[in-house]
Amino acid sequence: MRTVYFDNNATTKMAEEVLEEMKPLFCELYGNPSSMHTFGGQIGREIRTARERVAALLGCDPSEIVFTSGGTESDNTAIKGALAAAPNRRKVITTRVEHPAVLAACRDLENYGYTVVELGVDKQGRLDLTELQDEIDDDTALVTIMYANNETGVMFPIEKIAELVTGSGAVFHTDAVQAVGKIPLNLTKSRVGLLSLSAHKLHGPKGVGVLYVRKGTRISPFMLGGHQEAGRRAGTENVPGIVGLGKACELAAENLEEENSRVKYLRDKLENAMLKECPDSRLNGHKEDRLPNTTNISFEYIEGEAILLMLDKYGICASSGSACTSGSLEPSHVLRAMGVPFTAAHGSIRFSLSRYNTEQEVDYTIEKVPGIINHLRKLSPFVTK
Amino acid sequence: MWEYSDKLKDHFFNPRNVGEVENPDGVGEVGSLACGDALKLTFRLDANGRIQDAKFKTFGCASAIATSSVLTEMIKGKTLEQAAKVTNRDIADYLGGLPEQKMHCSVMGREALEAAIENYRSGGKKKHELEGNIVCTCFGVTDKEIERVIRENDLTTVEDVTNYSKAGGGCGGCQGEIEKIIEKVQHDKIKQARTPAPRRAGKLTNIQKIQLIQQTINEQIRPALRADGGNIELIDVDGDKVIVAFRGMCAQCRLAEFTMRDVVEAKLREFVSEQLYVEEAKESAEQPHNHRG
Repeated sequence: MRTVYFDNNATTKMAEEVLEEMKPLFCELYGNPSSMHTFGGQIGREIRTARERVAALLGCDPSEIVFTSGGTESDNTAIKGALAAAPNRRKVITTRVEHPAVLAACRDLENYGYTVVELGVDKQGRLDLTELQDEIDDDTALVTIMYANNETGVMFPIEKIAELVTGSGAVFHTDAVQAVGKIPLNLTKSRVGLLSLSAHKLHGPKGVGVLYVRKGTRISPFMLGGHQEAGRRAGTENVPGIVGLGKACELAAENLEEENSRVKYLRDKLENAMLKECPDSRLNGHKEDRLPNTTNISFEYIEGEAILLMLDKYGICASSGSACTSGSLEPSHVLRAMGVPFTAAHGSIRFSLSRYNTEQEVDYTIEKVPGIINHLRKLSPFVTK
Repeated sequence: MWEYSDKLKDHFFNPRNVGEVENPDGVGEVGSLACGDALKLTFRLDANGRIQDAKFKTFGCASAIATSSVLTEMIKGKTLEQAAKVTNRDIADYLGGLPEQKMHCSVMGREALEAAIENYRSGGKKKHELEGNIVCTCFGVTDKEIERVIRENDLTTVEDVTNYSKAGGGCGGCQGEIEKIIEKVQHDKIKQARTPAPRRAGKLTNIQKIQLIQQTINEQIRPALRADGGNIELIDVDGDKVIVAFRGMCAQCRLAEFTMRDVVEAKLREFVSEQLYVEEAKESAEQPHNHRG
């Protein structure tokens, strides 16, 4: 059976070119870059190239790139590292819609006496910047707000937020795991202090990521040990992963245009067809301020897990914010923060595309979805027709 | 991805007896849109008092739909006395098992069946009513219902009860109460597996008392408020007076006073000292996070 992969915000297919680039680093060039001998030392060059490629995509200096084990480590390092470097400030500001890697790390801080403020969002998933401004004070050590939401794709005005925050002397961190590779970034011109990204969300390998640390941003290391990454992240480098990430970033820079034209066109086609063909469906999240690849649609009166399994039968991969798929009994915290009614939250489906998707796949999905929705509605006691 | 049996998948993809029986003798409706699953069961009896036809309509996940489908299959041809004996275990077994976290779907099936029989016996007048007192406000589960799933499925942990009835799976605020119900029903059967709650200390120094209050707020109270987007901050302790401030949703919530007296004070009395009483720092609620000043 064919697989139609529309779950690219969960993870992506690794590019063949990335694999090719990584291959020699396993059995041939397996040395340790920290070694004194030429065999190990030559690996340093590979890492340097990767660092330059990442920096080119982000529009920053290579020295500002710290390789980590992925998005979660980058987020934890940013939050804990920034607070450790500013011991006199005891307040952290974040949002209710963050990824658990940020939210759980922030909530844990309360146990250590920090005040943690979680900003709410409006019905379309957007922040109120005056509320943020009111919360920032001279006790605020860190503000951490995601670049783009993983469930809805809604983007926050990160540059404006960075200006507000840095004006007060606090550090600004953004979890940009979903944004990097999908939208153009230029960190030289920005006031973002710390930024997290993950390789496997942009067609790179799993288990490697980056924390961008702007020059002058004070941060204490999270992992202690050797002197790797200029003392900012100890531990022998994941060389194949880092090299793969470098290649993935290079490819992402080349494909940015396509991401925002062809992928966006496919997403819009899929979204419009579904909203048109399926009655009682609604879009979750602001239509414009959004990543080009993500759509989150609620089909009322039916439940997300049932929809996913029906899609799965046709080889279509998507995800849901319903309670049954979140591993808990309550629907997605993001949709709840947006005030999406329970009737709609339970039946929410996220389709997230990538440059590997084709128009044929979109057409195939458009052909299958209305039938699935209709079938499940026939079973639902809340649909009387 | 859930591990579903082939039989369950079959009943999900090809559900039997979908719809509503015309002129039903009994109608049972349980669950709600908010809870994430709901089931409407209708049946008609033949001249001999056996269930001649049964149909369902279900809103919910794959296991909820499959459970409803097999339920209609199981009860057809049974007398009401026989049907009334069907337990949630029977339904799960008939399906070739359910994942633990989905056992509540089988309980929903049994509840709908009972509601339909009850409806028939009252001459079609009676709608299903909740029996007992609500323990879990998130999912509207009563003490009677919790007692019953514990007894019928021999449950010994709060996690089990959540899997079977959803109770305690929302904000988690009722988990202490569920623990007490388990204790009441199972007595000596409870193994040591239960996580022991922090034991209330005897005589405390002031510093110990304040630390214990902070710990109780962190571990027992905050998680419950969190679930509703709220938060609590300990402002000060003055003798037996504990001054706290509510943040986020809690600060504007109409129920704030209720939450405060009932939850916070009860928890602090339970875990720290019977003498404690709680007051809300009014001005600091209006000017949040001014805790240093």
